[in-house]
Amino acid sequence: MLTTNGVLKIMVTALVNSLGRHTLLICSRVGAFVVFFFNAVKTFFSTKLKVEKTIFHMERIGVDSLLIVILTGTFTGMVFALQSYIGFKRVGGEQFIGTIVALGMIRELGPVLTGLMVTGRAGSAIAAEIGSMRITEQIDALKTLLVNPFQYLVVPRILASIIIMPLLALFCMICGIFGGYFVCVHVLELSPEDYTSGIKNYVEMHDIWGGLIKSSAFGLILSWVGSYKGYTTSGGARGVGESTTKSVVIASILILIFNFFLTKLLEHL
Amino acid sequence: MIELKNLHKQFGEKEVTRGVNLAIPDGKMTCIIGRSGEGKSVLLKQIIGLIQPTSGEILVNGVDITKLPERDLMPYFQQFGYVFQFAALLDSLNVFENIAITLIENKGMREKEALPLVREKLSLVNLNEEVLYKFPSELSGGMKKRVGLARTLITNPKIILYDEPTTGLDPITSHVIHELMDDMQKKLHLTSVVVTHDVEFFKYADYVALLHDGKIQYYGDAKTIWESDNPYIYQFIRGLTTGPIQTEISHTKDSY
Repeated sequence: MLTTNGVLKIMVTALVNSLGRHTLLICSRVGAFVVFFFNAVKTFFSTKLKVEKTIFHMERIGVDSLLIVILTGTFTGMVFALQSYIGFKRVGGEQFIGTIVALGMIRELGPVLTGLMVTGRAGSAIAAEIGSMRITEQIDALKTLLVNPFQYLVVPRILASIIIMPLLALFCMICGIFGGYFVCVHVLELSPEDYTSGIKNYVEMHDIWGGLIKSSAFGLILSWVGSYKGYTTSGGARGVGESTTKSVVIASILILIFNFFLTKLLEHL
Repeated sequence: MIELKNLHKQFGEKEVTRGVNLAIPDGKMTCIIGRSGEGKSVLLKQIIGLIQPTSGEILVNGVDITKLPERDLMPYFQQFGYVFQFAALLDSLNVFENIAITLIENKGMREKEALPLVREKLSLVNLNEEVLYKFPSELSGGMKKRVGLARTLITNPKIILYDEPTTGLDPITSHVIHELMDDMQKKLHLTSVVVTHDVEFFKYADYVALLHDGKIQYYGDAKTIWESDNPYIYQFIRGLTTGPIQTEISHTKDSY
């Protein structure tokens, strides 16, 4: 017969075992994820860059995501202006709407929303493409032909994403500011000068650079996660689906987490 | 010569190969046969370095390639070609780009320079220029396999590893592939290792090895295989449900 102490001991042991197993699993996964990135960096510095492939992926990630980025930026700017108006009207600060919309779009919403939208649009595509190549042995085929899969598949996608993301974010920021302008001037019938003078007076180059650096970092995150999840896909068509979904979820969460740390870091630069 | 010595491969708890010993002679065709899931493809992938063995040695011309650092493996792997079960053509590239990929990406050749070489390899596998700019989705199964073979031949390998080259093909197309592989073997004096279930290959092969239970249970001359009294090979090539190789059907019979 087991005593209460005996049962408790078994339960605690099982709990510790399970905790240990999960910790080891998480450590090995995070380790593999980091090693994957170092392999990509090593390949970037030790092999010739596939320039044509990089440009091709810049076009695919950039041009194909442009419309959703423009729509997201415009409507976010519009709703931001509308909400700011409601708040500022109470304290009589309507002339600051332009400043707040511009700073919000440039420093925060432009890079983050672009990051999230491109993750859904292009990050998932990266994971699905590389994942289906993995399960159909196309990556193995590259290896047997002595073509480095990192040089051929991973590096061009990551580099393209890092380069193109600031441009997409710039579109998002500009569209957001114009969206806000449209709402302020044509819907709320505020003075155009109030909107623009605030932007001219209070938005600095430092804000824009910060936003662009952040969007570049988000480009790295979404392509790194997408490539990694695709590259490590297993289990057939279901595996590709899982990799794609996980890549979007993980990249989106990482973008939101790193957004805080990057903001904090850029504040001190 | 390729020698496999006491080769073990374990995936988690599952041990797929449990001490495989096999010598593959130069310039000959060796077939590795065995039931599905016995680890034949895993064995082939270990030889070409796509899968690392858990323990054991893979000797290529006397050098154990499992002990070599990655940078020193290149000269060995340059000797190898691998034909995948479902061809594994890159579906975003056309036939020309698939075959020329290693010339363009590794040797920096221009398309114009690579074109005559691609044409030559295509004619070796009895395909004409019409397929040159077609995409894999536009090709039949047999054509895909032949394009896969042409892609392998573009690097002029000395050793070709075939992973179930006739799986999923009709008997006529399978026959075309058999003849083609035999033709390659004779013309190019290749060392071929063929993983297959297709007993028709015995007509073309020099040696046959049977993998069962993670070990080589039979190795012998392909020409005399039908006379062999080895219980494993006797059962396998005749497709018998009774014998040392346990099958689902023999399990069911036992339970009655």
